[in-house]
Amino acid sequence: MTVDSTVEPAGGAAASEPELVQLLTPEGERVPDDHYDALIDDIGPPEIRGLYRDLVLARRIDSEAVALQRQGELGLWASLLGQEAAQVGSGRALRPHDHVFPTYREHGVAWCRGVDPARLLGLFRGVDQGGWDPRSTNFHLYTIVIGAQTLHATGYAMGVQRDGAVGTGDPNRDTAVIAYFGDGATSQGDVNEAFIWASVNNTPVVFFCQNNQWAISEPLERQTRVPLYRRAHGFGFPGLRVDGNDVLACLAVTREALQRARDGEGPTLIEAFTYRMGAHTTTDDPTRYRLGSELEHWRLKDPIERVKAYIVRGELADQEFFDEVEAEAEQLAEHLRTACRELPDPGPESIFDHVYVDPPAPLLAQRDEMTAYLDSFANEEARR
Amino acid sequence: MTTFNIVKAINAGLRRAMDGDPKVLIMGEDVGKLGGVFRVTDGLQKDFGEDRVIDTPLAESGIIGTAVGLALRGYRPVCEIQFDGFVFPGYDQIVSQVAKMHYRSAGRLRLPIVIRIPYGGGIGAVEHHSESPEGYFVHTPGLKVVTCADPVDAYWMIQQAIESDDPVMFFEPKRRYYEKAEVDTDGSPTLPLHAARVVREGTDATVAAYGPMVKTCLEAATAAADEGRSLEVIDLRTLAPLDLGPVIESVRRTGRLVVVHEAQRTLGVGAEVAARVTEECFYELEAPVMRVTGYDTPYPASRVEDDYLPDLDRVLDGVDRTLAH
Ligand SMILES: Cc1ncc(C[n+]2csc(CCOP(=O)(O)OP(=O)(O)O)c2C)c(N)n1
Repeated sequence: MTVDSTVEPAGGAAASEPELVQLLTPEGERVPDDHYDALIDDIGPPEIRGLYRDLVLARRIDSEAVALQRQGELGLWASLLGQEAAQVGSGRALRPHDHVFPTYREHGVAWCRGVDPARLLGLFRGVDQGGWDPRSTNFHLYTIVIGAQTLHATGYAMGVQRDGAVGTGDPNRDTAVIAYFGDGATSQGDVNEAFIWASVNNTPVVFFCQNNQWAISEPLERQTRVPLYRRAHGFGFPGLRVDGNDVLACLAVTREALQRARDGEGPTLIEAFTYRMGAHTTTDDPTRYRLGSELEHWRLKDPIERVKAYIVRGELADQEFFDEVEAEAEQLAEHLRTACRELPDPGPESIFDHVYVDPPAPLLAQRDEMTAYLDSFANEEARR
Repeated sequence: MTTFNIVKAINAGLRRAMDGDPKVLIMGEDVGKLGGVFRVTDGLQKDFGEDRVIDTPLAESGIIGTAVGLALRGYRPVCEIQFDGFVFPGYDQIVSQVAKMHYRSAGRLRLPIVIRIPYGGGIGAVEHHSESPEGYFVHTPGLKVVTCADPVDAYWMIQQAIESDDPVMFFEPKRRYYEKAEVDTDGSPTLPLHAARVVREGTDATVAAYGPMVKTCLEAATAAADEGRSLEVIDLRTLAPLDLGPVIESVRRTGRLVVVHEAQRTLGVGAEVAARVTEECFYELEAPVMRVTGYDTPYPASRVEDDYLPDLDRVLDGVDRTLAH
């Protein structure tokens, strides 16, 4: 097979890497920016410390869940390691009434939405299929079928338009919707259809693609020949690439995109350029398909270290602050451990709950059949 | 003789098919370098190259749709759907295009495509990873649907499916992937692709199953034997077309039939088997045909999947119910 080498590489650290919005370098230096600085001019030392805390806690939720999986308490976990800044930056850009449509990896966004992280564990422990209330958190259920949620987000945003909750200038009314998805997902028909729907209807939706370079074992090159953010132009709305490991930049670009949406200016595609530092999920073995050197390259761009360096350099916090965050992370981990083990196992008959709003008689008959069957064992025990 | 589990058996079958016919291609998500999430295609890209073992973009409709084009151009694509629950983005291509092309073209066009799907539950997975969607495809004229239950069948049936000039949905019982058996790779298949098989002889009742439930039913038959009941177990192997000859022959002797599958009950394979056996064996039947199946609910969270899935006890309960008549 021949590959046209004149085409710009889709990802990687090549010299031709397209421009990306960066406000904080991997070394923790603040990069001034004529445009984006204004979008985060409210972020002073307390807010920076807040973002740092979010990043650390998001990582701790994740590492604790990985540990719980290893101990057999969870069946599976999809780690966000390396993607904390993309998730916290975008998550903190949201207003309470904005609505989020996540994949299965957005634990950091869930944290920002105030979802108790213990609630995230149920799906992975196998006791439920989404243990939080999407209505009260404005954080939809995790979607495992790749890309499907991008259409849901777009449709939700069409509803927002019809409710007149766009472009009124009232910050308590104007609403944006954000859809998260991965680089692999951009190949799905659903995602491309979502782009079209959003474009044609000028819907208040932000497409937030975390390009973590891998879709399980497939590198970005298997999905695209152009940088992903450029796809947006063809669909008729703006796209941009942001340093996904830079929480300030992610905050700034997402704020801007959400505001465009709320103002009735339509969709935006944000490509957060980041890296999946861990395995795809706890069942995956990345050493089969990628080089350790790549990991080392990205380790230097760690999303948390750079914020810490920035704080230390600017003397925006003292050691006590870092110790407090560590202690809080420990507490959160302890909460997760306890809450995980205490998650109630569903009873057999719960299988039949919520299949319908109005359950039909034949289904209820099947449930009775199960009850009678289970009772027959209990009766047998009693007879013995 | 080689000892294979089902994963290795399908791998060896694919390898042999690719060796034998340069037109055979493999395509799917992560099938190349990784060798598939279950390693069914392990090593094939290394040996046959990226032109023949294709890591596709992440899009099932694309996988099936481009397989149609490749087949029209003379290739024999073997598509992997990573998990049962992810076949649906490709469902339109399968049902509206793959299944109908031969018909619409008045026989001028053939689509010798195999669509491999690891299916079924019992592995403690999260949602969409444990489903049994075979019924949708059995219901679709133009598709052939088969499923293997052991390494010997896995090895031969995948090759026979690839040789088929009709499209074949090839369902692999993922919870049985690591069951081992001796496979005679030098021999030839003892059965055609579309044939059911008696896997244990018996006289009191017939139990028909396929895929992952064959092992469950064999275990049930062993347990029943301890209680003095003799069960005949039939592995259906082919769901479209159904080969009910062995079932009918068996039911004529036993007078009783239990059909077992993981898939939900309503309009499932069991319903079709029950209807046809009732038509053919009405006067020989001593009891209604019983179905032991998943319930008519979405596949539940994994901590309750053992209550959803038919197991040894539920199969025996079904047998008891038919014998009680
Ligand atoms: C429709 C569908 N097909 C296949 C899968 C199996 N699968 C789960 S995650 C994944 C890769 C996703 O990659 P990407 O979109 O880049 O997101 P990431 O997991 O890297 O965050 C695949 C193929 C799925 N969940 N849904």
